Amino acid sequence: MLRFIARRLLLLVPIMVGLSILVFLWIRALPAGPAESLLGERATPETIQQIEEQYGLDEPIHIQYWEYLKTVASGDLGTTIRSRRAVTSEIRERFPATIELTIAALLFAVSVGIPLGFVAAKRYGTWVDHSSLVLSLIGISIPVFFLAILLKYVFAVELGWLPTVGRIDVTIDLEHPTGFYTLDALLAGDLAAFWDVIKHLILPAIALGSIPLAIIARITRASVLDVQNEDYVRTARAKGLPPRVVDRRHIFRNALLPITTIIGLQAGLLLSGAVLTETVFAWPGMGSWLVEAIRQRDYPVLQGGILFVSLVFVLVNLAVDVSYALINPRIRVS
Amino acid sequence: MVQLQRPGAEPSASYYYSAFFGGFANNESEDLSDPLYESCTAENPTTAVIKLTRPSASLLGALVQQAFSIASPKALEEFNADAGTLDEETGFRPTGTFGTEHPIGTGPFEFVSWTREDRIVLKRFEDYWGEKAKLDELIIRPIADNAARLQALQNDEIQGYDLVEPQDIGTIEGSDNLKILDRPAFNVAYVGINQAKKPMDNLKVRQAIAHGLDREAVVNNFYGGRGVVAQQMMPPEVEGYADSVTEYDYNPERAKQLLQEAGLTMPVEIEFWYPSDVSRPYMPNPKNNFEAFAASLNKSGFKVVPKTAPWDPDYLGRVDEGNAGHLHLIGWTGDFADADNFIGTFFQDFNPQFGFRDPELFKMLDDAESSPTGRPGSTCTSRRTSTSWTRFRRCRTRTRSRRWPSARTSRASFRARRRTRCSPPSRSAGEANKENHLADSRRGE
Repeated sequence: MLRFIARRLLLLVPIMVGLSILVFLWIRALPAGPAESLLGERATPETIQQIEEQYGLDEPIHIQYWEYLKTVASGDLGTTIRSRRAVTSEIRERFPATIELTIAALLFAVSVGIPLGFVAAKRYGTWVDHSSLVLSLIGISIPVFFLAILLKYVFAVELGWLPTVGRIDVTIDLEHPTGFYTLDALLAGDLAAFWDVIKHLILPAIALGSIPLAIIARITRASVLDVQNEDYVRTARAKGLPPRVVDRRHIFRNALLPITTIIGLQAGLLLSGAVLTETVFAWPGMGSWLVEAIRQRDYPVLQGGILFVSLVFVLVNLAVDVSYALINPRIRVS
Repeated sequence: MVQLQRPGAEPSASYYYSAFFGGFANNESEDLSDPLYESCTAENPTTAVIKLTRPSASLLGALVQQAFSIASPKALEEFNADAGTLDEETGFRPTGTFGTEHPIGTGPFEFVSWTREDRIVLKRFEDYWGEKAKLDELIIRPIADNAARLQALQNDEIQGYDLVEPQDIGTIEGSDNLKILDRPAFNVAYVGINQAKKPMDNLKVRQAIAHGLDREAVVNNFYGGRGVVAQQMMPPEVEGYADSVTEYDYNPERAKQLLQEAGLTMPVEIEFWYPSDVSRPYMPNPKNNFEAFAASLNKSGFKVVPKTAPWDPDYLGRVDEGNAGHLHLIGWTGDFADADNFIGTFFQDFNPQFGFRDPELFKMLDDAESSPTGRPGSTCTSRRTSTSWTRFRRCRTRTRSRRWPSARTSRASFRARRRTRCSPPSRSAGEANKENHLADSRRGE
């Protein structure tokens, strides 16, 4: 198992180098560079040159890349062009927000999606099955921002139960040593703040989790349907195991493999930032930050941010592979 | 202060600082004139007297810009406003905490805290020199999405927000516990005429254009009942607004008559440009404006050839280089309430956008800027009103005067920079709108 993990970790190096080259080239393929973007198109050639010299943008591209690699290897992702702050400190501020939202969204998606898919498969062809299909279809196709506005309208504007923007009520003073507001509230022993943070998480989590929920429900359903027709399930039933045990030990555990994959992929996607959800809920995460950086051609943010997000994605996938091995011993052998 | 002078750091801040003030000991930009600053003395704790090297008519208006805000010298020093590291790779990285944790100035509120992306907390400054703030505490939250701002207001999470979308006004007005506070417009949309393109060099043809544009229909139909037909370049709130100027009503017959007098055969073919995929505060939907104008021009003896391009950089580039046909749709949002900011920015020197050289006009504007007008005690006001709060900034002027011609060189590139800075391409109408407004209020701080 350790060798398996070590090998996968080693593979990370070429993957990350490849990614960094791709990101580096892709950003430079964007029309108009950061100097023009900062100065406007009628900026004088001298000022453009000055900015380009300052940021090393006038060097040949392979030298730029090499220089960049050296800085990154030392753990410095550079300074953002707009805010003049270290990219790493911006990531430190934003990534916890994204993780917190992702975890909440996945909790919602998994805790509703798996039972929904499981029940649908067990009641295959009945109205339960049909309505779960319709529900997941809605979940996949409803635009996130629309769902978000709808949720806010019902649960905040009309019912007044939940807040609509931000991570915590602005009248609450809370230190943020970790950046995870739930943790921060618990560390401070402030239960009122904790509850407030949870309330702020509910609607964004539902909005963001709607698509993963639908996908997870459908995959669970399909996977359970597949597995419950397997010979070993029939055998288990034939030898008189109680249906609940068959469900849990033989069907569910085997059906989990594709579900784990899909949860992992969804987690990776969500961690790279949810632009729409973040915008609608004024949630200060990675997504809106990166999108804004694209618009402003903020190379250091794009390079650092995308590299970071890619690393997270690859690591999450590694975690998924490891969990496979835990669920299914056959993978460890191969 | 290093970053202010760095090119591109904050275009309007560095531009206005350089162009209107010229730096302290010397001007950071070689293109520009000598410093306006001679000395500054504190007469008493609430009065600073700034002596200038020569009269300046524009400085007073420009004083509302961030670049001129008065900060505590003690705090600047104590919190290392100038400190930072200069990295060859990534540029200047400020390390001082003046700007982020201890911004001590002269305003009615006192800074308490700033949690990035979350809130800025201010409390009333009890020793404020002027009328004290009514609120004990003011919390400013960033909420980028328009719909989110409205819902947060409806849910009482916020007590007000700026930049209401026109379509939300009805909802707010229809609600018992919400209301809209209007502020006067501070921008202008216009049809630019490029006189370098024949026959636009002919005054009669330009007059015919003016009579051929049905501006009233455009204002009535596309501005949500919140626009007025402009008769001059600047809004009425700006000092120097002329109460009576020649007005050109929509009159197709008169337009045709003028074209005839100009000796042209009708229809006169003209290229008319408008930007695609953009919404501006002064022009929510350029295509609507264009289509209405084209229709009214076609009735007035012209034959409009429509041309369009994406806003930035294509369209703006063409306009600024004078390559946007005979006519083009565009506008301007002011940075501060001085005539110079509307008229001087565009007409004080040769501008390819309009393609004419009129030394007499240029000189008049130069003179207006650089000679005292002998109007002591006149008041200039810059207003910003939002749905939730109103701010008035007044500054009294003793003399009104001046400006030096050498500041011209950078005006053209500044115009372009200003426009592009707050003009994201391919964004939704609301977002573009919002961004520009936000940029406005930043500039006004």
